Amino acid sequence: SFLQGSKLEIPLWLAKGLHDSKRRIISTELPKIYREAWRTVFSADANVVDLHKMGPYYYSFGSQLLNFDNPENPEIAQTILQTFISRFRRIMDSSQNAYNEDTSALVARLDELERALFRAGQKGLNDFQCWEKGQASQITASSLVQNYGKRKFTDMDG
Amino acid sequence: AASSRSRSEAKSGRTDLIFLIRFRHCCLLRNQRCVVAYLYDRLLRIRALRWEYGSVLPSAIHFHMSAEEVEWFNRYKKSLATYMRSVGGEEGLDLTQDIKPPKSLYIEVRCLKDYGEFEIDDGTTVLLKKNSQHFLPRWKCEQLIRQGVLEHVLS
Repeated sequence: SFLQGSKLEIPLWLAKGLHDSKRRIISTELPKIYREAWRTVFSADANVVDLHKMGPYYYSFGSQLLNFDNPENPEIAQTILQTFISRFRRIMDSSQNAYNEDTSALVARLDELERALFRAGQKGLNDFQCWEKGQASQITASSLVQNYGKRKFTDMDG
Repeated sequence: AASSRSRSEAKSGRTDLIFLIRFRHCCLLRNQRCVVAYLYDRLLRIRALRWEYGSVLPSAIHFHMSAEEVEWFNRYKKSLATYMRSVGGEEGLDLTQDIKPPKSLYIEVRCLKDYGEFEIDDGTTVLLKKNSQHFLPRWKCEQLIRQGVLEHVLS
């Protein structure tokens, strides 16, 4: 059983479930990247921050954090939003201009949301290039079949 | 004094219980979310199979599906077939064909594996042997290309 006043680290989903503004079962502490010191760094220049190392789910986790009645919530929300706005332009531009290149250095410092956006941009670019080359009408094998040959389905025992 | 102590003990006991119940409930809900997410992802892949692969699933895939998933696939197939029959006039419209805009009626294909005899519309048959190349009607080959038997060769 837990002693009142004990402090431990629990997953977000558990903290969300236990949180209750009326009953006050638990109180939560902000992870350091959402606190004031780091928020100042983000507002200075969000582009230099390695969000993958800091996150890797900086945006979604930060949004979930707003569920706990923290007095700093308006500032946290504002920082998350501004960070996204200042980083987005560069991500969009590079996803549209890096064709057939090694993009690992670009992607390394992005959080998961940003990586998904980058991939979407790349897919659009690749599809367009494919169309320009006249390959858009080429019928291709189902992706399932392509993975099939590589993976061996083993029989389950029992 | 004794009664107030036992009252506060009862109260803290109840708080403990609330915490415990809530904790367990959280864990149960989380497990449920994980399982449902997994099953839903499988369902989306199974649905995609109908469009990408065809109406008959390869036996190895079928083997790994639960009875409920197989039933779901069959009902989805039926639903889709009913809909396709209802559009496009007399013969219906096969929406699973020409997913990519076709450029020509006939296409060049190369055989990726031995398939055997393949009948074309006018009654003639073609022998699909590994590495052989053929010039065939697009609508006949589409499914075989998707299944990895043939490869669409662009000139």
